[in-house]
Amino acid sequence: MNGIHDMGGMHGLGPVRPESNEPVFHEAWEGRVFALNSAMAAWRKWNIDAGRHQVELIPPADYLRLSYYAQRLTRLVELMIKRGLVTREEVETGRPARNAPRAQPPLAAERVPAAIRTGVPASREAAVAPRFTVTQRVRARTMHPAGHTRLPRYVRGKIGTVERDHGVYVFPDTNAFFLGENPQHVYSVRFAARELWGDQASPRDSVSLDLWDNYLEPA
Amino acid sequence: MDDDHAHGADHGHDHQAVPSDLALRVKSLESLLVEKGLVDPAALDALVDAYAHKIGPRNGARVVARAWVDPAYKRRLLADATAAIAELGYGGAQGEHMRVAENTPTVHNLVVCTLCSCYPWPVLGLPPVWYKSAAYRARAVIDPRGVLREFGLEVPEHVEVRVWDSTAEIRYLVLPERPAGSEGLGEEALAALVTRDAMIGVAKPAVPRAGRTA
Repeated sequence: MNGIHDMGGMHGLGPVRPESNEPVFHEAWEGRVFALNSAMAAWRKWNIDAGRHQVELIPPADYLRLSYYAQRLTRLVELMIKRGLVTREEVETGRPARNAPRAQPPLAAERVPAAIRTGVPASREAAVAPRFTVTQRVRARTMHPAGHTRLPRYVRGKIGTVERDHGVYVFPDTNAFFLGENPQHVYSVRFAARELWGDQASPRDSVSLDLWDNYLEPA
Repeated sequence: MDDDHAHGADHGHDHQAVPSDLALRVKSLESLLVEKGLVDPAALDALVDAYAHKIGPRNGARVVARAWVDPAYKRRLLADATAAIAELGYGGAQGEHMRVAENTPTVHNLVVCTLCSCYPWPVLGLPPVWYKSAAYRARAVIDPRGVLREFGLEVPEHVEVRVWDSTAEIRYLVLPERPAGSEGLGEEALAALVTRDAMIGVAKPAVPRAGRTA
Protein backbone atom coordinates (compact mmCIF):
# COMPACT_ATOMS: atom_id res chain seq x y z
CA MET A 1 0.00 0.00 0.00
CA ASN A 2 1.12 3.57 -0.65
CA GLY A 3 1.27 4.21 3.07
CA ILE A 4 3.16 6.52 5.39
CA HIS A 5 5.54 3.64 6.19
CA ASP A 6 7.01 3.90 2.67
CA MET A 7 9.25 6.81 3.61
CA GLY A 8 12.29 6.56 1.36
CA GLY A 9 12.96 9.96 -0.21
CA MET A 10 10.44 11.99 1.79
CA HIS A 11 11.31 15.53 2.87
CA GLY A 12 10.34 17.46 5.96
CA LEU A 13 10.83 14.78 8.60
CA GLY A 14 13.62 16.63 10.35
CA PRO A 15 17.23 15.84 11.21
CA VAL A 16 18.40 12.45 12.45
CA ARG A 17 18.81 12.66 16.22
CA PRO A 18 21.21 10.08 17.63
CA GLU A 19 21.14 9.63 21.40
CA SER A 20 24.39 8.97 23.24
CA ASN A 21 24.51 5.95 25.54
CA GLU A 22 21.05 4.92 24.43
CA PRO A 23 19.53 2.09 26.49
CA VAL A 24 18.09 -0.93 24.63
CA PHE A 25 14.70 -0.19 26.21
CA HIS A 26 13.90 3.32 27.45
CA GLU A 27 11.14 2.09 29.73
CA ALA A 28 10.33 -1.32 31.13
CA TRP A 29 7.05 -1.53 29.19
CA GLU A 30 8.97 -1.33 25.90
CA GLY A 31 10.84 -4.51 26.79
CA ARG A 32 7.57 -6.22 27.68
CA VAL A 33 6.02 -5.18 24.34
CA PHE A 34 9.06 -6.51 22.51
CA ALA A 35 8.88 -9.81 24.40
CA LEU A 36 5.09 -10.12 24.03
CA ASN A 37 5.42 -9.74 20.26
CA SER A 38 8.10 -12.45 20.12
CA ALA A 39 6.30 -14.81 22.47
CA MET A 40 2.92 -14.43 20.75
CA ALA A 41 4.53 -15.02 17.33
CA ALA A 42 5.26 -18.54 18.60
CA TRP A 43 1.54 -19.29 18.18
CA ARG A 44 2.20 -19.10 14.42
CA LYS A 45 -1.19 -17.45 13.94
CA TRP A 46 0.49 -14.86 11.73
CA ASN A 47 3.76 -14.40 9.91
CA ILE A 48 6.33 -11.62 9.62
CA ASP A 49 4.64 -10.18 6.54
CA ALA A 50 1.21 -10.06 8.17
CA GLY A 51 2.87 -8.42 11.16
CA ARG A 52 4.52 -5.75 9.02
CA HIS A 53 1.28 -5.08 7.20
CA GLN A 54 -0.55 -4.63 10.48
CA VAL A 55 1.82 -1.76 11.33
CA GLU A 56 1.21 -0.26 7.89
CA LEU A 57 -2.52 -0.18 8.67
CA ILE A 58 -1.98 2.29 11.52
CA PRO A 59 -3.48 5.60 10.21
CA PRO A 60 -0.71 7.92 8.97
CA ALA A 61 -1.10 10.64 11.61
CA ASP A 62 -0.98 8.00 14.38
CA TYR A 63 1.92 6.20 12.73
CA LEU A 64 4.02 9.38 12.88
CA ARG A 65 2.97 10.21 16.42
CA LEU A 66 3.42 6.79 18.00
CA SER A 67 6.80 5.55 19.17
CA TYR A 68 8.14 2.32 17.71
CA TYR A 69 7.06 0.25 20.71
CA ALA A 70 3.65 1.93 20.86
CA GLN A 71 3.21 0.89 17.21
CA ARG A 72 4.26 -2.64 18.15
CA LEU A 73 1.65 -2.68 20.92
CA THR A 74 -1.12 -1.63 18.52
CA ARG A 75 0.08 -4.20 15.99
CA LEU A 76 0.07 -7.03 18.53
CA VAL A 77 -3.40 -6.25 19.85
CA GLU A 78 -4.92 -6.03 16.37
CA LEU A 79 -3.24 -9.25 15.19
CA MET A 80 -4.39 -11.19 18.26
CA ILE A 81 -7.97 -10.00 17.84
CA LYS A 82 -7.97 -10.69 14.10
CA ARG A 83 -6.61 -14.20 14.60
CA GLY A 84 -8.96 -15.05 17.44
CA LEU A 85 -6.48 -15.32 20.32
CA VAL A 86 -8.24 -12.60 22.33
CA THR A 87 -11.33 -10.45 22.00
CA ARG A 88 -11.38 -6.66 22.05
CA GLU A 89 -13.46 -6.81 25.17
CA GLU A 90 -10.82 -8.92 26.90
CA VAL A 91 -8.13 -6.40 25.93
CA GLU A 92 -10.25 -3.50 27.19
CA THR A 93 -11.10 -5.14 30.52
CA GLY A 94 -7.79 -6.95 30.99
CA ARG A 95 -9.80 -10.04 32.05
CA PRO A 96 -10.42 -13.30 30.19
CA ALA A 97 -13.99 -13.80 28.99
CA ARG A 98 -16.13 -16.02 31.21
CA ASN A 99 -15.51 -19.68 30.33
CA ALA A 100 -12.52 -18.78 28.12
CA PRO A 101 -10.38 -21.93 27.76
CA ARG A 102 -6.95 -21.85 29.33
CA ALA A 103 -4.17 -22.50 26.80
CA GLN A 104 -0.63 -23.82 27.10
CA PRO A 105 2.01 -21.26 26.04
CA PRO A 106 3.93 -22.52 22.97
CA LEU A 107 7.14 -20.79 24.05
CA ALA A 108 8.44 -21.89 27.45
CA ALA A 109 11.25 -19.93 29.11
CA GLU A 110 13.78 -22.74 28.69
CA ARG A 111 13.15 -22.79 24.94
CA VAL A 112 13.81 -19.06 24.44
CA PRO A 113 17.56 -19.32 23.67
CA ALA A 114 16.95 -22.05 21.07
CA ALA A 115 14.06 -20.12 19.52
CA ILE A 116 16.24 -17.00 19.19
CA ARG A 117 19.12 -19.04 17.79
CA THR A 118 16.90 -20.73 15.17
CA GLY A 119 14.90 -17.72 14.07
CA VAL A 120 12.37 -18.07 11.28
CA PRO A 121 14.18 -18.50 7.95
CA ALA A 122 12.31 -17.04 4.97
CA SER A 123 14.31 -18.92 2.33
CA ARG A 124 12.78 -21.98 0.69
CA GLU A 125 14.29 -25.01 -1.03
CA ALA A 126 11.62 -24.89 -3.75
CA ALA A 127 13.01 -25.51 -7.25
CA VAL A 128 11.93 -22.23 -8.82
CA ALA A 129 13.76 -20.96 -11.89
CA PRO A 130 15.10 -17.39 -11.71
CA ARG A 131 13.63 -15.01 -14.27
CA PHE A 132 16.68 -12.75 -14.23
CA THR A 133 20.45 -13.17 -14.23
CA VAL A 134 23.29 -11.33 -12.54
CA THR A 135 24.41 -8.23 -14.54
CA GLN A 136 21.00 -8.04 -16.26
CA ARG A 137 19.34 -4.61 -16.47
CA VAL A 138 15.85 -4.68 -14.99
CA ARG A 139 13.04 -2.25 -14.36
CA ALA A 140 11.16 -2.21 -11.07
CA ARG A 141 7.53 -2.56 -12.07
CA THR A 142 5.13 0.33 -11.83
CA MET A 143 2.47 -1.02 -9.53
CA HIS A 144 0.44 0.30 -6.63
CA PRO A 145 -1.06 -2.63 -4.73
CA ALA A 146 -3.41 -1.54 -1.96
CA GLY A 147 -2.22 -4.49 0.17
CA HIS A 148 1.24 -5.33 1.45
CA THR A 149 4.32 -5.00 -0.74
CA ARG A 150 8.03 -4.58 -0.18
CA LEU A 151 8.58 -2.62 -3.39
CA PRO A 152 9.06 0.97 -2.24
CA ARG A 153 7.56 3.78 -4.29
CA TYR A 154 10.90 5.45 -4.88
CA VAL A 155 12.17 2.65 -7.17
CA ARG A 156 8.98 1.87 -9.10
CA GLY A 157 9.58 2.40 -12.82
CA LYS A 158 13.33 2.84 -12.30
CA ILE A 159 16.05 0.85 -14.02
CA GLY A 160 18.76 -1.00 -12.12
CA THR A 161 21.18 -3.89 -12.45
CA VAL A 162 20.90 -7.32 -10.87
CA GLU A 163 24.04 -7.75 -8.77
CA ARG A 164 23.28 -10.94 -6.93
CA ASP A 165 20.71 -13.71 -6.82
CA HIS A 166 19.99 -14.35 -3.13
CA GLY A 167 18.02 -17.52 -3.83
CA VAL A 168 14.36 -18.39 -3.24
CA TYR A 169 12.27 -16.66 -0.56
CA VAL A 170 8.67 -16.39 0.58
CA PHE A 171 6.78 -13.66 -1.33
CA PRO A 172 5.45 -11.08 1.16
CA ASP A 173 2.62 -9.68 -0.98
CA THR A 174 0.64 -12.93 -0.74
CA ASN A 175 2.07 -14.33 2.50
CA ALA A 176 0.88 -11.25 4.41
CA PHE A 177 -2.70 -12.30 3.65
CA PHE A 178 -2.16 -16.06 4.17
CA LEU A 179 -2.65 -16.52 0.41
CA GLY A 180 0.40 -18.71 -0.05
CA GLU A 181 4.15 -18.36 0.12
CA ASN A 182 4.68 -18.14 -3.68
CA PRO A 183 8.43 -18.76 -3.23
CA GLN A 184 10.54 -16.97 -5.83
CA HIS A 185 14.00 -15.54 -6.38
CA VAL A 186 15.11 -12.40 -4.61
CA TYR A 187 17.86 -10.31 -6.18
CA SER A 188 20.07 -7.52 -5.00
CA VAL A 189 19.30 -4.81 -7.56
CA ARG A 190 21.50 -1.75 -7.69
CA PHE A 191 20.10 1.59 -8.82
CA ALA A 192 22.32 4.57 -9.63
CA ALA A 193 21.45 7.39 -7.24
CA ARG A 194 20.91 9.67 -10.27
CA GLU A 195 18.41 7.22 -11.77
CA LEU A 196 16.39 7.56 -8.56
CA TRP A 197 16.90 11.22 -7.65
CA GLY A 198 18.24 13.05 -10.69
CA ASP A 199 21.10 15.49 -10.85
CA GLN A 200 20.99 16.39 -7.17
CA ALA A 201 22.54 12.99 -6.37
CA SER A 202 26.24 12.21 -6.57
CA PRO A 203 27.11 10.49 -9.88
CA ARG A 204 29.03 7.80 -7.97
CA ASP A 205 26.41 6.81 -5.45
CA SER A 206 23.89 4.00 -5.61
CA VAL A 207 21.06 2.38 -3.66
CA SER A 208 20.64 -1.40 -3.62
CA LEU A 209 17.35 -3.08 -2.78
CA ASP A 210 16.44 -6.74 -2.41
CA LEU A 211 13.60 -7.33 -4.82
CA TRP A 212 11.47 -10.37 -5.67
CA ASP A 213 11.01 -11.72 -9.19
CA ASN A 214 7.43 -10.43 -9.30
CA TYR A 215 8.63 -6.86 -8.74
CA LEU A 216 10.84 -6.82 -11.83
CA GLU A 217 10.62 -6.80 -15.62
CA PRO A 218 13.37 -6.85 -18.24
CA ALA A 219 14.63 -3.37 -19.14
CA MET B 1 4.62 8.51 47.06
CA ASP B 2 5.51 12.16 47.01
CA ASP B 3 3.00 14.98 47.23
CA ASP B 4 2.88 15.60 43.50
CA HIS B 5 1.11 12.32 42.99
CA ALA B 6 -1.80 13.55 45.05
CA HIS B 7 -2.71 15.92 42.22
CA GLY B 8 -4.07 12.95 40.37
CA ALA B 9 -4.02 11.51 36.90
CA ASP B 10 -4.54 14.86 35.16
CA HIS B 11 -0.93 15.77 35.73
CA GLY B 12 0.46 12.25 35.57
CA HIS B 13 2.36 12.84 32.35
CA ASP B 14 4.50 15.45 34.06
CA HIS B 15 6.02 12.95 36.43
CA GLN B 16 8.38 10.10 35.61
CA ALA B 17 7.31 8.15 38.69
CA VAL B 18 3.69 7.85 37.58
CA PRO B 19 3.16 4.87 35.28
CA SER B 20 2.26 6.10 31.82
CA ASP B 21 -0.97 5.13 30.13
CA LEU B 22 1.10 2.87 27.88
CA ALA B 23 2.80 1.18 30.81
CA LEU B 24 -0.59 0.45 32.35
CA ARG B 25 -2.02 -0.86 29.08
CA VAL B 26 0.96 -3.16 28.59
CA LYS B 27 0.71 -4.43 32.16
CA SER B 28 -2.99 -5.14 31.71
CA LEU B 29 -2.37 -6.90 28.38
CA GLU B 30 0.41 -9.04 29.82
CA SER B 31 -1.71 -10.16 32.75
CA LEU B 32 -4.58 -11.03 30.39
CA LEU B 33 -2.30 -13.12 28.16
CA VAL B 34 -0.72 -14.87 31.14
CA GLU B 35 -4.13 -15.62 32.64
CA LYS B 36 -5.33 -17.07 29.35
CA GLY B 37 -2.22 -19.25 29.19
CA LEU B 38 -1.10 -17.60 25.95
CA VAL B 39 2.33 -16.54 27.23
CA ASP B 40 4.74 -17.77 29.88
CA PRO B 41 5.88 -14.73 31.91
CA ALA B 42 9.26 -16.39 32.48
CA ALA B 43 9.69 -16.59 28.69
CA LEU B 44 9.05 -12.83 28.51
CA ASP B 45 11.73 -12.25 31.15
CA ALA B 46 14.14 -14.44 29.18
CA LEU B 47 13.44 -12.55 25.94
CA VAL B 48 13.98 -9.15 27.57
CA ASP B 49 17.15 -10.37 29.26
CA ALA B 50 18.56 -11.80 26.02
CA TYR B 51 18.27 -8.53 24.12
CA ALA B 52 18.94 -6.16 27.03
CA HIS B 53 22.10 -7.96 28.17
CA LYS B 54 23.37 -10.68 25.82
CA ILE B 55 22.74 -9.93 22.16
CA GLY B 56 24.27 -6.64 21.05
CA PRO B 57 26.90 -4.90 18.94
CA ARG B 58 29.79 -6.57 20.78
CA ASN B 59 28.88 -9.67 18.73
CA GLY B 60 29.26 -7.81 15.46
CA ALA B 61 32.48 -6.21 16.68
CA ARG B 62 33.99 -9.67 17.19
CA VAL B 63 33.01 -10.62 13.64
CA VAL B 64 34.67 -7.48 12.27
CA ALA B 65 37.83 -7.93 14.35
CA ARG B 66 38.15 -11.55 13.21
CA ALA B 67 37.81 -10.44 9.58
CA TRP B 68 40.55 -7.85 10.15
CA VAL B 69 43.05 -10.37 11.51
CA ASP B 70 42.16 -13.47 9.50
CA PRO B 71 42.06 -13.06 5.69
CA ALA B 72 40.59 -16.53 5.17
CA TYR B 73 37.76 -15.71 7.60
CA LYS B 74 37.14 -12.42 5.79
CA ARG B 75 36.84 -14.27 2.47
CA ARG B 76 34.29 -16.65 4.00
CA LEU B 77 32.44 -13.71 5.58
CA LEU B 78 32.09 -11.90 2.27
CA ALA B 79 31.13 -15.10 0.41
CA ASP B 80 28.63 -16.50 2.95
CA ALA B 81 28.11 -14.14 5.86
CA THR B 82 25.44 -16.27 7.57
CA ALA B 83 27.80 -19.27 7.81
CA ALA B 84 30.87 -17.22 8.76
CA ILE B 85 28.97 -15.37 11.51
CA ALA B 86 27.67 -18.72 12.79
CA GLU B 87 31.30 -19.86 13.15
CA LEU B 88 31.57 -17.32 16.00
CA GLY B 89 28.34 -18.57 17.52
CA TYR B 90 25.93 -15.89 16.32
CA GLY B 91 22.81 -16.22 14.23
CA GLY B 92 19.06 -16.73 14.34
CA ALA B 93 16.19 -14.27 14.69
CA GLN B 94 16.56 -11.36 12.23
CA GLY B 95 19.94 -12.66 11.10
CA GLU B 96 18.78 -15.81 9.34
CA HIS B 97 20.12 -14.48 6.03
CA MET B 98 23.15 -12.22 6.38
CA ARG B 99 25.26 -10.21 3.95
CA VAL B 100 28.37 -8.22 4.76
CA ALA B 101 29.20 -5.04 2.79
CA GLU B 102 32.88 -4.18 2.85
CA ASN B 103 34.12 -0.61 3.08
CA THR B 104 37.23 0.15 1.02
CA PRO B 105 39.20 3.32 0.24
CA THR B 106 36.74 3.92 -2.63
CA VAL B 107 33.44 2.54 -1.28
CA HIS B 108 31.45 3.51 1.82
CA ASN B 109 28.40 1.41 2.73
CA LEU B 110 25.32 2.56 4.63
CA VAL B 111 22.43 0.37 5.81
CA VAL B 112 18.79 1.44 6.19
CA CYS B 113 15.30 -0.02 6.17
CA THR B 114 13.04 2.56 4.56
CA LEU B 115 9.85 0.47 4.94
CA CYS B 116 10.13 -0.52 8.60
CA SER B 117 13.06 -1.24 10.90
CA CYS B 118 14.91 -4.32 9.58
CA TYR B 119 18.25 -4.70 11.35
CA PRO B 120 20.69 -7.59 11.98
CA TRP B 121 19.76 -8.49 15.56
CA PRO B 122 22.23 -11.36 16.21
CA VAL B 123 25.24 -9.14 15.52
CA LEU B 124 23.97 -5.66 16.48
CA GLY B 125 21.13 -6.29 18.94
CA LEU B 126 17.95 -4.23 18.67
CA PRO B 127 18.16 -1.01 16.62
CA PRO B 128 18.56 2.43 18.22
CA VAL B 129 15.63 4.87 18.02
CA TRP B 130 17.31 7.01 15.33
CA TYR B 131 17.65 4.01 12.99
CA LYS B 132 13.87 3.45 13.22
CA SER B 133 13.08 7.16 12.96
CA ALA B 134 11.17 8.68 10.06
CA ALA B 135 14.02 11.12 9.45
CA TYR B 136 16.66 8.43 8.93
CA ARG B 137 14.41 6.13 6.90
CA ALA B 138 13.37 9.01 4.63
CA ARG B 139 16.78 10.59 4.11
CA ALA B 140 19.32 7.74 4.06
CA VAL B 141 18.39 6.87 0.46
CA ILE B 142 17.96 10.38 -1.01
CA ASP B 143 20.63 12.26 0.94
CA PRO B 144 23.08 9.73 2.40
CA ARG B 145 25.98 12.17 2.37
CA GLY B 146 23.92 14.76 4.26
CA VAL B 147 22.93 12.17 6.87
CA LEU B 148 26.56 11.05 7.24
CA ARG B 149 27.66 14.66 7.67
CA GLU B 150 25.21 15.01 10.58
CA PHE B 151 26.92 12.00 12.15
CA GLY B 152 30.24 13.81 11.69
CA LEU B 153 31.36 11.76 8.72
CA GLU B 154 32.39 13.65 5.59
CA VAL B 155 32.70 11.17 2.70
CA PRO B 156 35.01 12.57 -0.02
CA GLU B 157 33.49 13.06 -3.48
CA HIS B 158 35.73 10.38 -5.02
CA VAL B 159 34.37 7.75 -2.62
CA GLU B 160 31.22 5.97 -3.73
CA VAL B 161 28.39 5.79 -1.19
CA ARG B 162 26.43 2.55 -1.47
CA VAL B 163 23.16 2.47 0.41
CA TRP B 164 21.56 -0.89 1.23
CA ASP B 165 17.80 -0.68 1.73
CA SER B 166 16.78 -3.84 3.63
CA THR B 167 13.58 -4.50 1.73
CA ALA B 168 13.63 -8.32 2.01
CA GLU B 169 14.78 -10.81 4.67
CA ILE B 170 18.48 -10.30 4.00
CA ARG B 171 20.16 -8.34 6.79
CA TYR B 172 23.27 -6.21 6.27
CA LEU B 173 26.38 -5.63 8.34
CA VAL B 174 29.03 -3.14 7.25
CA LEU B 175 32.64 -4.32 7.49
CA PRO B 176 34.47 -1.07 8.22
CA GLU B 177 38.07 -0.44 7.18
CA ARG B 178 40.63 -1.33 9.79
CA PRO B 179 41.86 1.98 11.21
CA ALA B 180 45.41 3.13 10.64
CA GLY B 181 47.54 2.72 13.73
CA SER B 182 45.87 -0.54 14.77
CA GLU B 183 48.57 -2.79 13.30
CA GLY B 184 49.93 -4.05 16.60
CA LEU B 185 46.57 -4.73 18.24
CA GLY B 186 45.16 -8.17 18.99
CA GLU B 187 41.65 -9.31 18.14
CA GLU B 188 40.13 -8.26 21.48
CA ALA B 189 41.62 -4.78 21.33
CA LEU B 190 40.50 -4.42 17.72
CA ALA B 191 36.95 -5.43 18.61
CA ALA B 192 36.90 -2.64 21.19
CA LEU B 193 37.41 -0.10 18.37
CA VAL B 194 34.36 -1.31 16.43
CA THR B 195 31.22 0.64 17.27
CA ARG B 196 27.62 -0.16 16.41
CA ASP B 197 27.46 2.96 14.26
CA ALA B 198 30.51 1.84 12.25
CA MET B 199 28.72 -1.44 11.45
CA ILE B 200 25.59 0.44 10.26
CA GLY B 201 27.82 2.73 8.21
CA VAL B 202 27.23 6.08 9.91
CA ALA B 203 30.67 6.20 11.54
CA LYS B 204 34.22 4.95 11.22
CA PRO B 205 35.79 2.72 13.86
CA ALA B 206 37.51 4.48 16.73
CA VAL B 207 41.15 5.37 16.18
CA PRO B 208 43.44 3.44 18.53
CA ARG B 209 45.08 5.57 21.22
CA ALA B 210 48.60 4.95 19.95
CA GLY B 211 47.42 5.80 16.44
CA ARG B 212 46.42 9.32 17.48
CA THR B 213 49.98 10.31 18.19
CA ALA B 214 51.61 8.22 15.47
